[in-house]
Amino acid sequence: MKDTGNYKPLTYFQLMEVSLRELLVEKGLLTEEQIRREVDDMRGRTPERGAKVVARAWLDPEFKRRLLENGTKACEELGLDVPALKLVVVENTPQVHNVIVCTLCSCYPRMLLGIPPDWYKSRAYRSRMVREPRGVLEEFGLIVPSEIQVRVHDSTADMRYLVLPMRPAGTEGWSEERLAALVTRDSMIGVSAPRSPGKNA
Amino acid sequence: MEARYKVGEKVRVTKAYPPGHIRTPFYIRGHTGTVERICGAFPNPEELAQMRDGLPAQPLYRVRFRQKDVWPDYQGPEADVVEIEIYQHWLEKA
Repeated sequence: MKDTGNYKPLTYFQLMEVSLRELLVEKGLLTEEQIRREVDDMRGRTPERGAKVVARAWLDPEFKRRLLENGTKACEELGLDVPALKLVVVENTPQVHNVIVCTLCSCYPRMLLGIPPDWYKSRAYRSRMVREPRGVLEEFGLIVPSEIQVRVHDSTADMRYLVLPMRPAGTEGWSEERLAALVTRDSMIGVSAPRSPGKNA
Repeated sequence: MEARYKVGEKVRVTKAYPPGHIRTPFYIRGHTGTVERICGAFPNPEELAQMRDGLPAQPLYRVRFRQKDVWPDYQGPEADVVEIEIYQHWLEKA
């Protein structure tokens, strides 16, 4: 919850959450400790996990091949536990730009990217990305030239998606850690490019 | 349940509007696309939402649609596409 310091009455959903949580504890179905640990775990999942996967794929063509073939299995190789996550990794190339949206709700590869940003869950992003992707990408500051195909992935069912962005030029010989630092959350959703190496060198 | 459609095959999404927890977006119903890949089989979410077991598991496809087919007023290039996961029972041979 946001710690704003100002008192505000609970919203409907906050009140529902508190009531449900207290009921579950009172009935002995969950303990406060279990809930706290789960919240901790959730906060511990950050886009750095996804960045590690991307950097490894940039460095190791064999790993990349396995990642594109079966994302879940390849992540397990890196010790990233992605339970219940059937991961499909889609690769950006000089011909194709991929971007991810969930028009029905807000499906998101949380195990690799953590908690989704608010805009990802907004009605505007969900409804517009699917029918005017180029316009929305431009609002994120990304202009995709018309000779590059835009491929929108509507994450509607059991799969979760991660974009494998293109490795920035000028990063030859870089270590995995250095490369990973260029990989942003937004570049793995497909709404921006990775950081440029100049600013990070 | 066996997968009825192959990769590369043309399929049409059923144009139907039943009530319930449906994972087929409205905007794609009635449109024709091409099977991009078969994702495996998964319990039917419409059944799961009713607290049933969702079995037999439904083959799940990723279907690729041309944006120009889906949105007649689409502003981008011809080549642009949208890919959506659709369960077999929502697909017909096109």
